[in-house]
Amino acid sequence: MIVQMIDNEIKQDGTDVSVYTKQKRKPGKLIKFFKEIKRDRYLYLLALPGIIYFFIFKYVPMYGITIAFKDFSPFVGFTESPWVGLKHFTRLFTGSDFLMLLRNTLAISFLNLLFFFPLPIILSILLNELRNQFYKRTVQSLVYLPHFLSWVIIASLTFMLLGKSSGIINHFIQSMGFEAFDFLTNPDIFWFLLTGQSVWKEAGWGTIIFLAAIAGVNTELYEAAKIDGANRFRQIWHVTLPAIRNVIIILLILRLGDVMEVGFEQVFLMYNGAVSEVAEVFDTYVYRVGIQQGQFSYSTAVGLFKSFVGLVLVVMANRMAKKFGEEGIY
Amino acid sequence: MKLSLGDKVFNITNVIVLGLIALVTMFPIYYVFVVSFTAPAEYLQKTFVLWPENWSLASYKYLLSAPTFIQAIGVSTFLAVVGTICSLIITSSFAYALSRRKFKGRRVILLLVLFTILFNPGIIPNYLLVKELGLINSLWSVILVSLSNGWFVILMKGFYDSIPDTLVEAATIDGCNDIMAWIKIILPLSLPSIAAFGLFFAVQYWNQYFNALLYLNDASKWPIQVLLQNMLIDSSGSSLGEVDPLIKPPPSETLKMAAVVIAIVPIIMVYPFLQKHFAKGVMIGSIKE
Repeated sequence: MIVQMIDNEIKQDGTDVSVYTKQKRKPGKLIKFFKEIKRDRYLYLLALPGIIYFFIFKYVPMYGITIAFKDFSPFVGFTESPWVGLKHFTRLFTGSDFLMLLRNTLAISFLNLLFFFPLPIILSILLNELRNQFYKRTVQSLVYLPHFLSWVIIASLTFMLLGKSSGIINHFIQSMGFEAFDFLTNPDIFWFLLTGQSVWKEAGWGTIIFLAAIAGVNTELYEAAKIDGANRFRQIWHVTLPAIRNVIIILLILRLGDVMEVGFEQVFLMYNGAVSEVAEVFDTYVYRVGIQQGQFSYSTAVGLFKSFVGLVLVVMANRMAKKFGEEGIY
Repeated sequence: MKLSLGDKVFNITNVIVLGLIALVTMFPIYYVFVVSFTAPAEYLQKTFVLWPENWSLASYKYLLSAPTFIQAIGVSTFLAVVGTICSLIITSSFAYALSRRKFKGRRVILLLVLFTILFNPGIIPNYLLVKELGLINSLWSVILVSLSNGWFVILMKGFYDSIPDTLVEAATIDGCNDIMAWIKIILPLSLPSIAAFGLFFAVQYWNQYFNALLYLNDASKWPIQVLLQNMLIDSSGSSLGEVDPLIKPPPSETLKMAAVVIAIVPIIMVYPFLQKHFAKGVMIGSIKE
């Protein structure tokens, strides 16, 4: 949606710019152009630190991507390292790790989509049905809070709840006479563990956008539905849900565009040797192979593959969301 | 209006369900608080404590006597304060300049800024850049890599867009240049929004984990999140370094909980202010099309 925002901005600006390219041909206008820049020099000065920052910290690393096509060695340097073409990509696609990484990334993403995505919608509808505003605000305040906690804290809380020797859940399992269950080192439930963490951390926060859409609904619609004899469920079905349908569709599409993004810190913190087969995703792999083993070129290639697929998906998703957004205005 | 029986049942069920959800959300946080204040002897005996009989500050005393821990809090505070100030200056000046229509080439710059949101070169090129700049093991590495990003610039620009040029023009005629006008007129006007952004930056810096892990090898420079993670995976307590030998170490569990609480408390302290602003901020970012 931010893309659309900028696109609109550009459309608005587009006229100005085309005028100025025409102006360029006339020398008088060109002088005017430079005069205006000189007149507003302090404005450009104001933007300078930001421009320099974005250049160095966002665009120079993009140049660093070239090492994915080289055999980079820190001792030889960026420019001197020999070009090797697609060697590192070939290694990635023919190696056995690639399918594992792709499977884990997609599994984590789709579990999120299946179990996490619908929850903020349901939660926001329930919140909207609360009649006591003070109670509503209190519940909102409480469920938004985890969003602001770091993943290290979430991991700590998870260990405290599910740890084998000192976890609370296992305390109860054992007090009922059963064997302690190992939640944290069990490959079968690892993906679900991640989904559970995401739900706890973000489900409440996710309601904000839906509540905003629901707040825009004309209350007369509910009155009318009531007079027509609709009970609460039918009111939700026929008034609330249609009102947020577009937001749901757009968020779903955008989420699909983001399937390559699985919370890196989250997976990294929950990673352990016992679950490595199901826990290794592109980012954690890049960290392990690149930073810890020093295979800079290969890991850059892995990262580049992930970023590139991510970029294509996001752009496609935005196109689709835009289509829906335009049709959705009724 | 009279409520039907169905409505009443629905209302009551809804109140209970949402109450339970809020309880489930809050329980882990409540539990860390309680355990961190439980007397070590009582915790060792029960291992599950909902409400301690003997409250104790033993875990906190031990933690706060560990120089490593104090240092980590210092580092995190430094990141949060200095980082936030730097982030605000660079992001708001950039966003303001880009919001002015007379800024030539802002379309191109905005597109370039947007592209940084869509495409991330990845961990390794960023790491190599920081290394080339000689910033490994410097706290500035953590500040610099997260100083600003496309989202913040575009969000803040969206806010500045609503400030009309005429407001600044009057001052410019009086001989103020654009920088002075920004400092004297725009900033005071946008103080509430700046404060809101500042809170978000501060939370972001306080929660820094991975960048610190990546760029800071020297354990004495670790922020609290990295130290906390180390305490978590090692139960021997050695991650805290040297502690006054006269203080008897509490069980590692209550110690960890106390550390978690210390990491949560600043967030909870700013939370009411955050909450006042975030709905607005999120809306600017996501609804505006």
